[in-house]
Amino acid sequence: MVEKLKNWLSRFYIGIILLFMYAPILVLIVLSFNQSRSRVVWGGFTLSWYKSLFSNAQIMDALWTTLVLAFLSAFIATIIGVMGALGIHAMRRKNYQVMMMFTDIPLLNADIVTGIALMLWFVRFLPLGFTSVVVAHITFNIPYVILSVMPRIQQMNVSLYEAARDLGANAVYGFFRVVLPQLASGILSGFFMAFTMSMDDFVITYFTKGAGVNTLSTMIYAQIRRGIKPELYALSTIIFAFVFIILILVNYWPGASGKGKRAEKDY
Amino acid sequence: MKDVILQLDSVSKTFDGKKVLDNLNLEIGRNEFITLLGPSGCGKSTTLRIIGGFVKPDSGRVLFEGKDITDLSPDKRNINTVFQKYSLFPHMNVAENIAFGLKLKKKSSQYIKDKIKYALKLVNMDGYEERKPDSLSGGQQQRVAIARAIVNEPDVLLLDEPLGALDLKLRHGMQRELIKIKKEVGITFIYVTHDQEEALTMSDRIVVMNKGIIQQMGTSKSIYDEPQNAFVADFIGDSNIIDGVMKADRLVEIQGAAIPCVDEGFGRDELVDVVIRPEDLVITREDQGYLKGMVVSIIFKGAYYEIKVRVGQYDWVIQSVNPAQIGSMVGLTILPDNIQIMHKPHSEDAQVEKRD
Repeated sequence: MVEKLKNWLSRFYIGIILLFMYAPILVLIVLSFNQSRSRVVWGGFTLSWYKSLFSNAQIMDALWTTLVLAFLSAFIATIIGVMGALGIHAMRRKNYQVMMMFTDIPLLNADIVTGIALMLWFVRFLPLGFTSVVVAHITFNIPYVILSVMPRIQQMNVSLYEAARDLGANAVYGFFRVVLPQLASGILSGFFMAFTMSMDDFVITYFTKGAGVNTLSTMIYAQIRRGIKPELYALSTIIFAFVFIILILVNYWPGASGKGKRAEKDY
Repeated sequence: MKDVILQLDSVSKTFDGKKVLDNLNLEIGRNEFITLLGPSGCGKSTTLRIIGGFVKPDSGRVLFEGKDITDLSPDKRNINTVFQKYSLFPHMNVAENIAFGLKLKKKSSQYIKDKIKYALKLVNMDGYEERKPDSLSGGQQQRVAIARAIVNEPDVLLLDEPLGALDLKLRHGMQRELIKIKKEVGITFIYVTHDQEEALTMSDRIVVMNKGIIQQMGTSKSIYDEPQNAFVADFIGDSNIIDGVMKADRLVEIQGAAIPCVDEGFGRDELVDVVIRPEDLVITREDQGYLKGMVVSIIFKGAYYEIKVRVGQYDWVIQSVNPAQIGSMVGLTILPDNIQIMHKPHSEDAQVEKRD
């Protein structure tokens, strides 16, 4: 009896949590198909908001900027981050700890501080514009890449690289043919994490973008004064679906899941 | 004259201020099975890594067939390594792992195919081409690692505690197989281990190392029968090591008893280390031995009993096929041949710690 109650309570608890987390998003998705402009009345199913979304040049422009920015900054941050992680890993214990702490600081630092600091920096050295936003995003993306690649490096058997050299591979071949494949899943998830972080960002972008450059988040912010149009529900729904798919890909990527399972077996 | 394939010429190496190798000189003959044996931290693995090219010595040279290869990177040496942790490439299957070195050498695909087949047969793993390393057991992975190394037809094969991760029974099987493989491919094996039994079983020649210094070099038999210092005696097999005084040529005094031995040329009344193997001591009636003591423990070990007899402050370890009564007084006797006398170490470097 008590067992049953306990069981029921724990399920209820989980249910409440999931409801609080996902009900708002569900409402958003439903509203994006709502014919009525009202936020409380269901006026029938329509795809017209999606249609007008794709014909809205301003939104499409911001979407394009956001995607290019996310891809570019994530890509460059991944290259720098992987090299950085390898370098930090090779350090002696004390330096390693100091460097990892420095890596953590930008993650924990308030966005507003990073944003203003970068803006001040750019005002002096770099005209604010698309380039400055890319640089800013690369900056805050690097730690995410390092943090997702580092565990892979630590798990990797260091003598794999030596084995490659031993069998006649030069340093470059050994790195690309043997080391990189071991880190692939970590690099991939680092890249996607950086990508979503970049897409997600508002505060830092807001401070480091120049006039005329708009990502989705800054554009939506600018439009709030005139009220949110239902097109934006549609856009948000698409972004949510997109992130959801990436998440599934990262978690169920054949390499990533296989390696995870193997690691568990080792412990 | 020995055909020397590899030579270490006064090689020294320091890590973090700690001297790992101290002026090491070693000649390795062609087609030899040589084992570097010692406790962890004795410098044996560093020696192997210097030969493989993964570590650069601080001073000294590595000569391969007389040519200086000290500065050559690992990929430029015709030497291959079987690593301690197998180090198979996890993202490649067995065949791809074995083909790795051959592809780099731009061998034809038919040649590579034949070689893979031959190597897998050699290590008793035919049919495993398509398997991934993580689906293999430790012993199987080690076989593949050996196959991957020998298909490249190296002049020298380095083996860094390759059987260390395997269980005892598998280890014995692999020891026999390694000897067989060695005979078949006919290349020089340099083997590193801390397992003295493994070293005694497989090697043509054993190099006992401690604290970066070679303690003794020789065949299994000479190292076991005639250890040159207390460290070697203690490290190789079980032994009783006790202080003695040379009373004359062929006469040593141990615990007050004068016992005939076969060693000559020591100074009169020189303090020496005496080594006696447990299987060489014979238990007699109390009044018949050189030494007299009480049986303090007896353990059945399968093929023999391990008996401890306390004489004065010292517990002698004896291996005997006959049991003895705990608490009874017995005598100990020994043949002169089986007593090994060693000079006491006189320098700090030669003073080697005793393992416990």
